[in-house]
Amino acid sequence: MHNRSIRDLARSMARGEYSSTELTRHFLSRMADAGDLNAFITVTGDQALEQAAEADRRIRSGSAGPLTGIPMVHKDIFCTAGVPTTCGSKMLADFVSPYDATVVRRLAEAGMVSMGKTNMDEFAMGSSNESSHFGAVKNPWETSRVPGGSSGGSAAAVAARLSPVATATDTGGSIRQPAALCGITGIKPSYGRVSRYGMVAFASSLDQGGVLATSAEDAALVLEAMAGFDERDSTSLEQQVPDYTATLEESIRDKVIGLPKEFFGDGVEPDVADAIQDAIRELEALGARTVEVELPNSEIGIPCYYVLAPAEASSNLSRFDGVRYGHRAAQFEDLIDMYERSRAEGFGEEVQRRIMIGTYVLSSGYYDAYYIKAQKLRRMIADDFTRAFERCDLIAGPTSPGTAFPIGAKNDDPIAMYLNDIFTNSVNLAGLPGISVNAGFDRDGLPIGLHLIGRYLDETTILNVAHQFQQATDWHNTAPGGYA
Amino acid sequence: MSSINSEQVTHIARLARLKTDEEKSDYFAGHLTRILDLLEQMNRIDTESVEPMAHPQDVHLRLRGDHVTAESRREDYQAIAPLADNGLYLVPRVIE
Repeated sequence: MHNRSIRDLARSMARGEYSSTELTRHFLSRMADAGDLNAFITVTGDQALEQAAEADRRIRSGSAGPLTGIPMVHKDIFCTAGVPTTCGSKMLADFVSPYDATVVRRLAEAGMVSMGKTNMDEFAMGSSNESSHFGAVKNPWETSRVPGGSSGGSAAAVAARLSPVATATDTGGSIRQPAALCGITGIKPSYGRVSRYGMVAFASSLDQGGVLATSAEDAALVLEAMAGFDERDSTSLEQQVPDYTATLEESIRDKVIGLPKEFFGDGVEPDVADAIQDAIRELEALGARTVEVELPNSEIGIPCYYVLAPAEASSNLSRFDGVRYGHRAAQFEDLIDMYERSRAEGFGEEVQRRIMIGTYVLSSGYYDAYYIKAQKLRRMIADDFTRAFERCDLIAGPTSPGTAFPIGAKNDDPIAMYLNDIFTNSVNLAGLPGISVNAGFDRDGLPIGLHLIGRYLDETTILNVAHQFQQATDWHNTAPGGYA
Repeated sequence: MSSINSEQVTHIARLARLKTDEEKSDYFAGHLTRILDLLEQMNRIDTESVEPMAHPQDVHLRLRGDHVTAESRREDYQAIAPLADNGLYLVPRVIE
């Protein structure tokens, strides 16, 4: 049951081969057996079985939709009424939201069964899932390695077939990089496509919810259900969500794929570069054409991002004051001391580091030199994409310059950790959609991600190309040993 | 190359309302200096005539009609506060 597509599962449930309750029990039992991966912060078995029973009633009564009864898990950044939402932080270790995020509500209304909340880098700040207050997540392909981050728990859970699908969020690569490192499919939609209501804020002009799944088809199905206008998010797009699944089977003949030479430089590990070249040849064999494009400012994306994201984070995270919710220090002298101690105790090291960077670049005397400078570069980076898309329909390259690295390897070096995002964060700066699909393995058997970037609002093309790639290859069906 | 010393970290931490001490400020000063080095790569590029971009959407914020849409859920929201009583959030005394 755990190696089948969502459509297969739904068909089998409709035929009565098994119920959502049986399916949910199957995945809950796999989750329990895989506890050593540390992929989950909260497991909601009883609630899942109640939702599954309700889904079974819907299926029997003939009122089921395409997702009814399909089990899933949420990244612990999405607020869930009555179930803890920790955001991977001690600050929110005991926080129970009074309301559901729009994403949570929509998927529940579609009949999906939520089995729990996945581990993540604290406040989504990280590329390895090591900054979580609840401990590192292990990569199911090699448990001494990181799963990527910040959506590491969601990625590990889907890769190990503990859940058919998971929600995730991506501010600088947090869906696509863990998808790459765990050998699965992860889509970050265009900014504004998925409601941010009830999604704990990191950097509001960059954050976007999305999906981790084993295939582009599954990702398309779930994205369709969670995307769309939401009046509760002021940046939500008033745009019809396309029928993503309707166009998956279209030929990619004559699609033009842009290859930025900046994505194929010396910094990419040789095995990754080879696998991406092979994947591009595969797409050419399917009829796509390739053209070289330029993204001349892409290397400046990292410093630009590490000004803007911490600046927005320092502002967003000022809400954690130990007064209205979250951790409050036990001992303090006065109100200011209470704020300072609550925040220093509640936030981990990386979060404090980013708050300080953000505070610095926004502070008097540095604002123009850092913050405004970065905003200008942001426009140049976005303009580069616009120019490149005059010559192509989508852009391809590696998702991450390397494969999963050992747990602890980059812990003492924030800069080395930041460089993981080199190919992903410019996409967030420009607000574009991006997807990562598995495109093979390196010499150590670790997965390699192919990154496809689309025009603004054009998730359809990258899902179509990703799906066609997966029809022609079998990488996405390869599960890690021990979890197959 | 700019660098941040321990005293500056203490000042930034104060602005950010993060408790610090000498050891912690020293520790963060090293990292922040190296991160600032990274950020200064931005200066390699001339941005003189470029308009800053704050957001991926060049659209104005939506307006809505001025009517009540949310019910009052004060009790639910205060139930998760570290300390609330009688409809009020309690904090240390700020006015003697």
